[in-house]
This record gives sequence, C-alpha cells and structure tokens, in this order.
Amino acid sequence: MKISNALSKLPGVAQAAVVMATELNRRVLSEAGFADAVIGQASTSDMVVAVEAADGASLDSAFAEMEKMLKPSEKKPGEASPPTSLDEAVERRPDSNLAFISVPGQFAKREAMRALSKGMDVFLFSSNVTREEEVELKAVSKEKGLLLMGPDCGTSIINHKVLGFGNTIRAGTIGIVSASGTGLQEVSTLVHKAGLGITQAIGTGGSDLSEEVGGITMIQGLDLLEADAATKVIVLISKPPGPRTMQKILSVAAGSKKPVVVNFLGGEVTAPKGSGLRMAGTLEEAASIACELAGAKHVSAELPSEILSQARVANERLSVSQKYVRGLFSGGTLCYESQVILRDLLGEVYSNAPLNPTYMVQGEAPSKGHCCIDMGSEEFVEGRPHPMIDFSLRNIRVLQEAKDAETAVVLLDVELGFGSNDDPAGQLSPAIGKAMDFAKGAGRSLTVVASVIGTDGDAQGLAKQEEVLRKAGVLILPSNAQATRIAALIAKGNAVLPKMAGVG
Amino acid sequence: MPGKSSILTETLVVVNIGVSTFADDLRTQNVDVVQVDWRPPAGGDVEMMKLLEKLGT
Repeated sequence: MKISNALSKLPGVAQAAVVMATELNRRVLSEAGFADAVIGQASTSDMVVAVEAADGASLDSAFAEMEKMLKPSEKKPGEASPPTSLDEAVERRPDSNLAFISVPGQFAKREAMRALSKGMDVFLFSSNVTREEEVELKAVSKEKGLLLMGPDCGTSIINHKVLGFGNTIRAGTIGIVSASGTGLQEVSTLVHKAGLGITQAIGTGGSDLSEEVGGITMIQGLDLLEADAATKVIVLISKPPGPRTMQKILSVAAGSKKPVVVNFLGGEVTAPKGSGLRMAGTLEEAASIACELAGAKHVSAELPSEILSQARVANERLSVSQKYVRGLFSGGTLCYESQVILRDLLGEVYSNAPLNPTYMVQGEAPSKGHCCIDMGSEEFVEGRPHPMIDFSLRNIRVLQEAKDAETAVVLLDVELGFGSNDDPAGQLSPAIGKAMDFAKGAGRSLTVVASVIGTDGDAQGLAKQEEVLRKAGVLILPSNAQATRIAALIAKGNAVLPKMAGVG
Repeated sequence: MPGKSSILTETLVVVNIGVSTFADDLRTQNVDVVQVDWRPPAGGDVEMMKLLEKLGT
C-alpha cells in the first residue's frame, strides 16, 4: 500500500496498484482499466504491479521508484546491523518490556512464547493463530502474570501510546478492556468527543471471550485497571461471549470496587442482582454511561435537529423503489452495532456477518434488503490491505449500491488515527460524488450518511475530514449509532420515530 | 493480577517483530523501539520449524 500510494503521487502517473493477484484483486484491477492477459494468468501467490501513466518516461520512472522501494534500505556507515531475533533485540535493550508481533500467523506463537519466557508483555497483531495455540499461550501468560493482547488484536492504548490502529485520546479516568478493535476506537473517541479521557485501553483479541479461552486477557485487564489508581471507571466491550465465559466475566466485574460498564453488543445480558454493573446496549451507550460515571455533566445522545430535518427532506425525496439502508463498513464491530440498531428500527438486516445466520449474504454478492457489509472480513482482505487503508473496494461498492434502484441510503464508517489511510475523506469523496450523480441521472436522490471515528489529535484531523465529506454532500453524525438511526429515518421516514428515544 | 506485567506502570520499550510501519508509528509517539529484521525460521517450512523446536534448537 505504501508503494501504491508513493507511485500514485509521481508526476504523470494516473493510478497505481501493488497487490497480490487474488481473484478479487484481479477483478478490481480489471474494473480499474487494467485488463491484461498477463494479469489473468497470475496466481494468488504472484504480486501484480499495475501503473497507468501519461507516457513511457513516467512509466519508467514509476518502475524505477518501485525497484528502489522494494530494495532493503542500505546501512549507513557505522550503523550496527539490525537484530535478527527477539533474543538479540533484548540483548541490545535489556529494558524491553513489550513484544509487538505481526509476523504471519503460523510463526506467531513461536515468537510470542519466546517473549513471554523473557517476562515481556505481548501485543499479538497476527491473525490466523489457532484457538489451541491461543489457549496454550494464554495459559503461560496467566501463569506468569503477563498480558497477552491478541491474537488478532488491532488496537490498544497503553500509557497513552497507541499500539496498532487507534486514535489520540486525552488522558482521563476511564479505563477500557475490549475484545473488539473498532469497538475500542468508537468508545474511546466518543469519550474524547465528550470532553473526557482515558487511562488505558487494553485490547484482548477477538476470540479471548470464546469458551475455549474463557476471557483470560479480559479478566487480567480488569484486574490491572482495578489496581490502577488513576482509573475511576471501567468499561468492558465485546460481541456476545459464550454463556459460561459471560457469567465468569460478569462475576469478576461485579466484584470490582469501581463502577463497571459492560457492553456485550446485542447480547441478552442481565446484570447479576445487586452487582451495580451498568449494562449498555450499544457502543455509544457504553461511552455515554462511562462519561456520566466519570463526572460529565450531560452527555447528549439526541440527534442534532438540523440533521433531523435534512433526513426528513431526504426521505420525502425518495422514489417509490428506494426502500433500503445499505451499510458498507470497514469496522467489524460498527457493522455489528448498526445491525443491532437497525433490527430494532426496521426489522431484520442481511449481512456477511449477520446477527442471525438466517440473514447471511456473501460479502461480494449484491446487497439484499436492509444490508450491512463488513468489508474488513476475510473474503475482502486476502492479499490486499484492510479497508481502513485501501478504499478501492469500498469505493466500487458505493457506486454499486447507487446503481441499485432499491437503495435509499448508504451508511459508512470512516476511521482516522494511527494505521489508517492518510486522507480517508479524500479517498471516499470522489466515489460518493459519482454515486450521487449516477442516482440523480437515474431520477433518484441518494443520501450518504457517515460517522468519523477520530479526534482532533489524530494526524488526519477530525474537523478537516468531516468538512471534506460534508462538501461531498455526506450527512455527518458524531457516532456510528446516530448515523445508523439517521439512515433508518431516511429510509423509513417518521414511522421509525416512536422507536427512537430522544427524538422530537 | 497482581503479577509481573509492567507496561502499565513503566515506560514502554518495544521490540517490533514484523511490519515496520508499526515501529514508525510508535517512534512518532516517542516510544523506543527495536526493530527485528525477521525472517521465517527454517526457510518458512512450518513442519521443519516445529521439528527443530522439539529438538531444542
């Protein structure tokens, strides 16, 4: 992706892509105008470099630049060679206390085990680590009292330093433990937007709350925040865990001397009697309860009145055929949160990661009914960067939804911060413009609604990104939950109002 | 836990094994990082790697 971006910015280069030649990527290349027999013959283990340039000289300089970027950086005179193993790295810095591991999954356990044996905490970004390996690793981390965040852990904020994908959040008194990366990003940025801040945000990896693993990291995280004097309020975030693990987590949380907010998104969860645990149905609600407990005077979950009237106008302009909300997400947990909200407001929702397996659709198949697609799922990321970095698939899909006469509104999430694209709004805006123009040409009015998960401290700048999207005609809401409610209102009109709290 | 985990109370010093952009992002935040020039063990042969592990090499 780094190479694609660098090549795209060269003079005379119209577009460039450096991707693995998976079936999906070959199709995307062909849609982008790179229809070539050689690409057709490439296999999934081949890398394709595709460059569209104004002339031969620009093409040559693009390829020269690529060669330079692919070559390992040369050592400066007097500079020591980099360590080739964890052992060597620790010899150089005996005070190392965290191993950040992102090697391919089949090699990840080996590296993580070595780090644990040296008494280091581990942030394990790698995916494709088996459940058995995770159980084995966490048995060791638990025994040694070390924290193993992962596998498949995208985000943590430790001592105000972002590990992996995450946002710049001010210091405060709210501590978070989360099995979901984008769930952590949404709650932490909402806390920041409300004027408050966090102490720590500990990612556990997505399968920590499976029955096999039993929430080892979440319980360790909870204990650490319990012992941390700066943390006054604790928030736990996960998709619904298995029943035994859920009981275990709730019982540990109920024993905390600090207020604990629990969000098991979409799960039917009742707090143990007399426990004082605060249960939240959505990420937004979790953030808002946590802020209240941390002393915020008033956290408004009300939809802004100006946007409400814009949504009503958008609803009135719909053609008879335009009935459905189409959500295209790069954050898996935001896709899940939107389904929870839309199911309440509009009925069942189709998805490639559905709440109810009956409503499963393949991610690459055309949308059906109200539909939320997680574009960060396995089928979309094989051999190409995550949609938070590479917008090409989402841009194609936005246009596809615009061409469907049944689409009333497109719902998007846009993530800022470390790890994300340098200019997500700039990537999305041209595609949104094209989609709206297409719908207009077909006699329809298409609305795009989005929330930007970010803060004023992020390098991309929250206000700047929101402004670019607004200029492209997008309705911007401060949270994914609110954007989802507005999307439902646009698709269904005032009929959804009785189900929407706080809307007049 | 209480246990030996130290990252919440001490300054982070990171060993990065894998994608180097993660190290770049950490350095931007003034975190000390040692980047490992990692290569797959046993030339990327997973079975051979497991065998070598068993032999303790």
